[in-house]
Amino acid sequence: MDDALLDKLGILADSAKYDASCASSGAKRRTGGPDGLGSTTGAGICHAYTPDGRCVSLLKILLTNYCLFDCAYCINRRSSNVRRARFSVDEVVRLTLGFYKRNCIEGLFLSSGIVRSPDYTMEQLMLVARTLRRDHGFAGYIHLKTIPEASPWLIEQAGLWADRLSINLELASDRSLKEFAPEKDGGAIKAVMGQIGERILEAKEEKRRFSPAGQSTQMIVGADASTDLSVLETSDTLYRRYGLRRVYYSAFSPIPEASSALPAKPPPLQRENRLYQADWLLRYYGFTVEEIAAGGEGGMLDLGIDPKLAWALKNRGRFPVDVNSADREMLLRVPGLGARAVDKIVEARRHTTLRLEDVARLSSGLKRARAFLIAADHHPGGLTDRTDLRQRLVAPPKQLSLF
Amino acid sequence: MDLKDGADLDGFRRALRGLVAAGVEPDDVVWSGGAAPSLFGDAAPLPADAPPVPLPRPVGALIGTVVCHRDPERYALLHRLVRRVVRGERDILDHHADPLVHRLALLDKAVRRDLHKMHAFLRFHEVHDPDGAERYVAWFEPGHFIVEATAPFFVERFESLVWTILTPVGSLQWDRRSLTVGPAALRPEGLDRDDRFAEGWQRYYESTFNPARVNPTAMRAEMPRKYWANLPEAAAIPALIRSAPARVQAMIEAEAAAPRRRTPDRAVAAMARQEPASLAELNRIILAADPLVPGATKAVLGEGPEGAAIAIVGEQPGDQEDLEGRPFVGPAGQLLTRALEEAGIERGGAYLTNAVKHFKFAARGKRRLHQSPTAGEVKHYRWWLMKELGFVRPRLVVALGATAALALTGRSVSVLRERGPMRFCRTGSEGWDGFVTVHPSYLLRLPAGDGAEQACRDFVADLRQARGMVEGPG
Repeated sequence: MDDALLDKLGILADSAKYDASCASSGAKRRTGGPDGLGSTTGAGICHAYTPDGRCVSLLKILLTNYCLFDCAYCINRRSSNVRRARFSVDEVVRLTLGFYKRNCIEGLFLSSGIVRSPDYTMEQLMLVARTLRRDHGFAGYIHLKTIPEASPWLIEQAGLWADRLSINLELASDRSLKEFAPEKDGGAIKAVMGQIGERILEAKEEKRRFSPAGQSTQMIVGADASTDLSVLETSDTLYRRYGLRRVYYSAFSPIPEASSALPAKPPPLQRENRLYQADWLLRYYGFTVEEIAAGGEGGMLDLGIDPKLAWALKNRGRFPVDVNSADREMLLRVPGLGARAVDKIVEARRHTTLRLEDVARLSSGLKRARAFLIAADHHPGGLTDRTDLRQRLVAPPKQLSLF
Repeated sequence: MDLKDGADLDGFRRALRGLVAAGVEPDDVVWSGGAAPSLFGDAAPLPADAPPVPLPRPVGALIGTVVCHRDPERYALLHRLVRRVVRGERDILDHHADPLVHRLALLDKAVRRDLHKMHAFLRFHEVHDPDGAERYVAWFEPGHFIVEATAPFFVERFESLVWTILTPVGSLQWDRRSLTVGPAALRPEGLDRDDRFAEGWQRYYESTFNPARVNPTAMRAEMPRKYWANLPEAAAIPALIRSAPARVQAMIEAEAAAPRRRTPDRAVAAMARQEPASLAELNRIILAADPLVPGATKAVLGEGPEGAAIAIVGEQPGDQEDLEGRPFVGPAGQLLTRALEEAGIERGGAYLTNAVKHFKFAARGKRRLHQSPTAGEVKHYRWWLMKELGFVRPRLVVALGATAALALTGRSVSVLRERGPMRFCRTGSEGWDGFVTVHPSYLLRLPAGDGAEQACRDFVADLRQARGMVEGPG
């Protein structure tokens, strides 16, 4: 690796860091064999964590940060004065293999600014994946960011080589998209999601390989006026209509070379965190968007407490529930009990009647759960209905120092 | 019971068989690992070669991980677990709230976490052998006795590389064929000397950090300090954290950049320009693309004049078409040529193509057996077919067989029941006048006899009717 390549790596990793979708999970188990390189494990491995607390699982870079488009929230937009660089297909391949052999990464997450034309750009991305797989027997994880304006056949080709395809929706509403990303077309983005979703389903039925780890997207939170409710409604639609595997939420973060169309100050990172929690409730806990939103005010989630606790506090009539007899669906709604803890409870109570200390061994969130649970030796009594319950459950605010 | 140092699964298994056979209670056993002699003198003799103890699979798996733990009590706890299983609690592991099960689950979890961290945080360094061969070496300090347990992961992942993993509790060596488990090692000196990729990795690590989100607590929860010493990138952490507030402040204080050129003309024009402008350009794309069906060697393009009155769409190229690179040259193609002649259609004046551009086959010895494309595969190719017909602009499109009809209508069509004129739609309102009939290969497969001859006559009649639709009455 010469100095010029090192320099480009710095620029093109910096440009890619605002994309939150970097997980390597969800791929089928696969190995490269005696002549290939690498494997995917199914669970995904985070190889490092940066001081922002986020993991490094994949080599997340842009092919280039030159771009024809001018999306206000993006540091690489045409009108930005950021330093530009561009990798060749072979350079990305070399970097991926080099880092992979040193066990630094699980694979590659490749995105790109749009240069020359969307088709040209998409083809370059596809060629990187194809070269890795076909010429180097690379069995690690590959995630390609689809260029939504590219022609359908190129996206079909990319799906042959990638583990996951994604297209960033970026903004929850078509109106915001029009305002902040004038060249982007919300309809086109969803059309491609539909195309990819359909191909993934067909391939699964026909036992072919096409983006086997599914598709994902990202929405930026806090750059426009969208409420949490409208963000979650959009996610819910994406999960149901296009079978998306994940929606990532990325709190808008101040960028160098910011556009004057954007707020200068970032939204609280906590908002992103609450949206992820709400997303889990949506996918694994049987909550509807309306129920989640009802826990907050005016379409925004409560920043002080997690959305499940917020819902429970507003629906106290449904608590306390008996840990020894309640059905799984209701146990999942108890604040402090995660899905894994609930499964263990259901399994364990076939053998014994659970006391509070038993539950404590199965769940680390007992402090919050106490007020909502009945166990063999425990009844919360009036605790569930106390007006100061929220204060009792929320740790007293203390001055946090981030630095 | 004396066991080897570290994780002695075999020794534990042997001892356990003896203890269970002799009916020894867990409280009467003192387990000791390594060379240190047992404090309580010689153990009572146990039956040699006692029979295996049948255990439920989850219990066996739990033993496999827990013996790797550093806790000196691990063997005694496992013995107690096995005693209870032998006494009839076969599904004991479902009883998550049981104190013993819970304790063992914590040990199991700690070992699994350690395994995961070794998979994640081990870094190979390339070392240069005198002969220039590529070789990788890593140094790692695991929390428990897991080195051998990680071997399958690293062998599977780096099977084609030559590598060595050194740790204070054992080492592994892989030469692309076999694994050698070796003794404890000392930390090697100067591993990452001259490795530009190690330097590149640090640059990447620094660049991917977003100072506006600094959160060292979250980082340390997943990547505790004890691992930092052997992670080359961790050297950058203190400076990154220190400089973050100033970097963020600078970004917020910097005046918003005034947009420069904002007209989207160029981007919009680029999108419009990228569509292939001619049939030749489309064909170049098809030739350059990978097959979307398994088997094919090269794309077989359509053949015939642009502006042909009739376009004939078959299923996919066959063995001979694939070799020659031309559509309809095999047995079915020859039959089609004869039928077209009888129907009064000049083959050279029609446009002949296939719904799927590649030969899908399964190799059976030297033979390449034709395989029908699936509905999904037909859809993959549909974009190209639609564009192609868009350039040819035929007055009538003839679909030969069900696959062609599927490609042209987007639904499954029963050819024998629906043969005849049909409207073929593209997405949107555009479309073509169409005609559905059988594929000539269907005629080839019919057993010889009256039925077959009649079927051929029907096929010619269909083509004649199609010709009539193009030429109009008279």
